[in-house]
Amino acid sequence: MSGAGAGAAGAAGNARVPRGLASGGLRRIIRDRPLIPLIVLLTLLVVMLEVANPGIVNGNWLATTLRSAIPLAILAACQTLAMLTGGIDLSVGAVASSAAFIMATQSASQGPAVAIIIALIAATAAGIANGIGIGVFKVHPLIMTLGMSLVVLGLTSVYQLAMVQSGTRIPEAILWLGSGISFGFVPNSILVFVPVALMIVVGLRRTGFGRLLFAVGDNPIAARLAGARVWQVHVALYILSAVLAAVAGLLLAGLNNTATVSLVEQQVLPSVAAAVIGGTSIMGGRGGYSGTIVGALILTVVTTLLTVLEMPEAVRQILFGVIIVAVAAAYTRVSGET
Amino acid sequence: MTAAAGTIRSGEGALARAEAFVRRNVSSFAILGLLIAFLVLTRVINPNYGPAGIVNLAIDVLPIAFAAVAQAIVVISGGIDLSVGSMMALGSVTSAVLMKGQGDAVGVGVVFAVLLLGLVVGAINGGLVVLTKVPDIVVTLAMSFVWAGAALLILNTPGGGAAQFLTTILSGPFFLPFLPKALVVLAIIVTLVWIPLKRSSRGLAMYAVGSHPLAAFRSGVAVAPTKIIAYSLAGFFAALGGITLTGIGGVGAPVPGAYTLQSVAAIVLGGVSLAGGRGGVLGPIIAVMVLALVRTDLFFLGVDPNLSTAIQGAILIGVVMFGSLIAMRKVRA
Repeated sequence: MSGAGAGAAGAAGNARVPRGLASGGLRRIIRDRPLIPLIVLLTLLVVMLEVANPGIVNGNWLATTLRSAIPLAILAACQTLAMLTGGIDLSVGAVASSAAFIMATQSASQGPAVAIIIALIAATAAGIANGIGIGVFKVHPLIMTLGMSLVVLGLTSVYQLAMVQSGTRIPEAILWLGSGISFGFVPNSILVFVPVALMIVVGLRRTGFGRLLFAVGDNPIAARLAGARVWQVHVALYILSAVLAAVAGLLLAGLNNTATVSLVEQQVLPSVAAAVIGGTSIMGGRGGYSGTIVGALILTVVTTLLTVLEMPEAVRQILFGVIIVAVAAAYTRVSGET
Repeated sequence: MTAAAGTIRSGEGALARAEAFVRRNVSSFAILGLLIAFLVLTRVINPNYGPAGIVNLAIDVLPIAFAAVAQAIVVISGGIDLSVGSMMALGSVTSAVLMKGQGDAVGVGVVFAVLLLGLVVGAINGGLVVLTKVPDIVVTLAMSFVWAGAALLILNTPGGGAAQFLTTILSGPFFLPFLPKALVVLAIIVTLVWIPLKRSSRGLAMYAVGSHPLAAFRSGVAVAPTKIIAYSLAGFFAALGGITLTGIGGVGAPVPGAYTLQSVAAIVLGGVSLAGGRGGVLGPIIAVMVLALVRTDLFFLGVDPNLSTAIQGAILIGVVMFGSLIAMRKVRA
């Protein structure tokens, strides 16, 4: 039994060497510059879209695509950051929805600025709870954030019943930011997205906090022994994640001109998918945000493509699943991780 | 506890064995105690709670209990299956569509066909985990899309029907007024599948792979087939959960409920370690009932159902925190 197993493993090892030599260039590109194949894939999808429905790719299409990709990309930022440390944040849907809902109900009486601040404070509270549970009490991130999403969802529903007569109102500014388009091809939400994206991309590469995220994800024990306060990294990370989720929720409320308790729930799994497609490893320590952005764009274009082809929602779900497995398998293969 | 007390007089060997049994299943006994405490509490809150309540409880929890067994098997083998809810939806719609307007003979055939489908679907999950070497959580998360999509393709809105026999064997009490048929069905199926498996070398292999895959591999355990079998069994139990959903509701439900989350909550509460290699299926099944009783009690107490969602989330987190606190204390001591 043991001999057969070792033999099989040995054979697999031997088989890998020639293949590695034969396609070393491509492997290296995918491993070191994952952005290039991702952008090629995105371009292919756009070409397919144009072929499927000639004339669809224009300025307006660009604006609407970016407009729906931006909230997804911000939610996927939460996943990217969490996954770099070997975690995951499945509470983003509930946190984002509740932030949007709190903003919409409070803006009627408090005015938009105060309402947004209250929404962000609520999200921060959820982030602190996540961070303390994961960082201090060492609860598995999956369980902690799933449980937290139940808590947030339940509390928001209770709050909804309490606020039933106040009604919801999406402030003009949020509507303009979430759904407005300037010059015919620039979505206004880019005003929020560009600073956020720059902060994350630069923050991950150039700041101590960014390096700490990679260090904690790569080897938490080594990070701790090297003097990193791992629990503080976790708390800061999950607060940041919750605030980002709230921002995405506000944009989505503006985009859909509505805020409900389950507004963002449908976007949670796609946000994980975008991060995985973008090349961030769920085991931690490997990845980045630029790939995630392209991942979010790819998912948005795939959705449009399937809508154009008049595929039912079910086919979209199946295809999303297949894409995630295929892309993740490709990454695992080229990076040689097991 | 009573088992240990009863065997004191019957010799050292039996005592040691009983003690070992209790120690091995300490989390199962703890959760059983919790269940009894909650049953008493429910009775205190609502003096009318009796056999009928227990029968309804068993019927309510049956699909989630199967989901918890599915999740427990995979987690014990060192994985996690986030597609349990979607596989249940797939099992539910497939059985509902095939059973609609059919007699019992066809119905029985459909049950076996759907169980086979569950095995295949689970084997695909396991095969992908083994072949792609992508982390279990990513593969099963992705496959949860695929199976949910497949369920939607089969049945777009709730519909179909359940064979008469299926509804009959699940509803009402069996023989004694407080012994629900649903509980008997659960006990028979789990006993028939899990106990022979746990005692076989394949079951040992699952625990070995779950606690340390490399050590298991070096000891001659065939890791890949073990994982695939674990996932197939999860598919099997998820399909059972789907069939019971159809049987209880009378229609197939294409949109997966929160069963995946509830299954994870139940196994954690039921003493299965998320790190793998530890736990059984009895604890999770009892945990499912405890979680359902919490819901019932909150309802009897007149708590807003939304708040009870939040309380359940808090309980889930609290249980896991408590578990990891104990683990941390052990490490320090």
